[in-house]
Amino acid sequence: MVPELGHFALILALLLASVQAIFPLAGSLSGNRAWMTMARPLAFGQLTMIAIAFAALVQAFLTSDFSVLYVAEQSNTLLPDIYKVSAVWGGHEGSLLLWVLFMACWGAAVAALSRNLPLTVVARVISVQGMIAIGFLLFMLLTSNPFERLFPVPQEGRDLNPLLQDPGLAIHPPMLYMGYVGFSVAFAFAVAALIGGRLDAAWARWSRPWTTVAWVFLTIGIMLGSWWAYYELGWGGWWFWDPVENASLMPWLVGTALIHSLAVTEKRAAFKSWTVLLAICAFSLSLLGTFLVRSGVLTSVHAFATDPARGLFILLFLCVVVGGSLALYAWRAPEVSDGGRFDFVSRETSLLANNLLFVAFTVLVLFGTLAPLIYEAFDWGKISVGFPWFNKMFLALAPFLALVLGVGPAVRWKHDEPMRLVKTLWWALALSIGVLAVSYLPAFSGGHAWVPVGLALAAWLLFSHVAIVRERLKNKGGLTKLGPALVADLRGSGRSFYGMVVAHLGVAVFIVGVTMVSNFQLEEDVRMSPGDSQALAGYRFEFLGAQAVPGPNYMAQRGHFKVYRGERQIDELHPEKRAYLGGGMPMTEAAIDPGLFRDIYVSLGEPVGDTGDWALRLYYKPFVRWIWLGAILMALGGVLAVSDPRYRMARASARKPAADTAAARA
Amino acid sequence: MAMSKSVRYLIPLVIFGALAGLLVWGLGQDPREVPSPLIGKPVPAFSLPTLEDPNRTLSDADLKGKISLVNVWASWCSSCRAEHQSLMALSELRDFQIIGLNWKDEAAAARRVLSMTGNPYDLIGYDPDNTVGIDWGVYGAPETFVVDRQGIIRYKHIGPIDRTVWEETLSPLVERLRAEG
Repeated sequence: MVPELGHFALILALLLASVQAIFPLAGSLSGNRAWMTMARPLAFGQLTMIAIAFAALVQAFLTSDFSVLYVAEQSNTLLPDIYKVSAVWGGHEGSLLLWVLFMACWGAAVAALSRNLPLTVVARVISVQGMIAIGFLLFMLLTSNPFERLFPVPQEGRDLNPLLQDPGLAIHPPMLYMGYVGFSVAFAFAVAALIGGRLDAAWARWSRPWTTVAWVFLTIGIMLGSWWAYYELGWGGWWFWDPVENASLMPWLVGTALIHSLAVTEKRAAFKSWTVLLAICAFSLSLLGTFLVRSGVLTSVHAFATDPARGLFILLFLCVVVGGSLALYAWRAPEVSDGGRFDFVSRETSLLANNLLFVAFTVLVLFGTLAPLIYEAFDWGKISVGFPWFNKMFLALAPFLALVLGVGPAVRWKHDEPMRLVKTLWWALALSIGVLAVSYLPAFSGGHAWVPVGLALAAWLLFSHVAIVRERLKNKGGLTKLGPALVADLRGSGRSFYGMVVAHLGVAVFIVGVTMVSNFQLEEDVRMSPGDSQALAGYRFEFLGAQAVPGPNYMAQRGHFKVYRGERQIDELHPEKRAYLGGGMPMTEAAIDPGLFRDIYVSLGEPVGDTGDWALRLYYKPFVRWIWLGAILMALGGVLAVSDPRYRMARASARKPAADTAAARA
Repeated sequence: MAMSKSVRYLIPLVIFGALAGLLVWGLGQDPREVPSPLIGKPVPAFSLPTLEDPNRTLSDADLKGKISLVNVWASWCSSCRAEHQSLMALSELRDFQIIGLNWKDEAAAARRVLSMTGNPYDLIGYDPDNTVGIDWGVYGAPETFVVDRQGIIRYKHIGPIDRTVWEETLSPLVERLRAEG
């Protein structure tokens, strides 16, 4: 009964989405105010229906209702409750439902928080979101209905993929989806602006906070995924350039380019058609990511649900959404003026460099991900673009990005004097060169050429941003009273500026983490008998043996280690190897002693012989936390920027009901 | 002038069209199911140094007389790591041999992986430059070829071998090959 209710709610949501796609948009084009005002209630109704469907599915999981096929496939009575809930999005059908739920949340959020936007814009944005919702709801109802019944009803469910029974992975997909789907708002704003032919600074100002929030979610989602891979796959790696990871990285890269290009469009009314194109691309790449993950076109460790028939639907949908919006772009964008002119030495130029680098990197990642397909299609021979290729590309572009990143925020809009820049930044440059020289010494770099480069770039970012903050406070006359001036600035309209600074410092922290862990990590692959000790990086690992320990739905071999620094015991570690009762491959649960400056990481390999010996992996990972810390700082920067009161004031000043009807008739 | 400007804005649409074409084509070429043109043919003649000992060679002659699983792997390939544990379990079954093709890899890295997680392979050919991989039509790693006693390639599995793949596809095939004698 409850599953049918959920199914019915989905059908109602589809009907509502159809109304939502047609009437507000038609109203905005014909000037029918009544139709336009339907937009907001429809968005709320959409959310209500999908929330009912989602709640029905959660209920089916919590009560282990195996008469629902999807529950029988994903869950199991032995599964702890928390994983019963996360199992809802552990498979294809439920992920889609979660995706649609978030989509409706964003739609309702736009409806609720857009009181100060012209009604025509709201109507068009919500209509475009309705169109996207139609696609996804049809996809669910036609090919992947989570409420499909199963008869005869099995006694026991099949169990969730053991890889997914983990707190990190329980929250990773929701974050990622919030980000993916969040770009649909930027997309809807862009398409609405193209429909209305009104691409201006106001449009950029409305899109900016939405885009930044989506980007924050995506950043956190990717970070959680990386962290999960680090401790769960048992190899201590934090990024594998796997197709599924690349699928989330591409929208992030374009999204990063987009939030910077939106800044130019808002402040200088330049880059307008380029910004629109980026907004379309960010969401298109989110859809492409879904297609790649769900279709089985590329094989991947993460691909937990692949089905070519579903792939075809997503591909058709992709063609309609992306092809349609790009056609609209080709039709409307030529009418858009190019906007403000700028000189070579200007903020615009540096942001253009940022955009080009990010887009170039996206193109490379896209090429690398699709390379097996491209080569096969043109019969150029067989290829698999692996880890080393991506790393090379990343290392080829990232240093330039970091260099530009240190200069960009210091440059003034439109035109700047090179001498003024030198005066602001010379000491930051000098200090970074100092860092380069010192860390080049073999005693520091250990002969790794990338160590001085990475550290100097991080230092450059740190010092140049200190210089930039100093310059700003000096201009506000607050250098003598630094503290109060900073507080006042944070209370006022400075938050988006400091958000930028925090996010950029996050990049510096990230660079330090990547540099240190890539060059200085130590690993030891050893066979140890109970009672053996092994030294690594100044630590001593004592292996006390492994024993069988039952878990709620698995049987574990749990190793016991004591870790010593000198004579002092600093931690006990318990890595596990789990065999899940539901079947599947055994899982490695690494044991980690985390620290700001180093992680100690132990994972169980294989038992060797009959005497209790184990093959083990011991890792010393310096600064590995900085990688995720950097990502968290970037996300925090985004949050700080969005909290800038400027956006609220900007919305208040956009409250011009008279302009509404005027725009509607245009 | 105005014309060329409008054309410029069509570029994204054209690029997307090409991409969509590629994806439509790719969908028809499901990499897990597309049969290798080599199926039913004898293994291509080859000779490679082994990973453990560069002075020894692995050649097509080693694939005759026994049922073989030829597994393409590399230390940089994350799916291979996932697959490794299944191979370790399979290596305990003694009615076929597991031959490794260490593909586009560095010998030191590959040896380290094996010393740590165990070596499921009876013999491993070292193919850093994809010379043998090309003849075999290796698309990516991991891939596994099933070769019968006469040295004929009977099946190609793309992607990692897990319990389901083994129980539903590979194990019945190996049983059948053994019955063929």
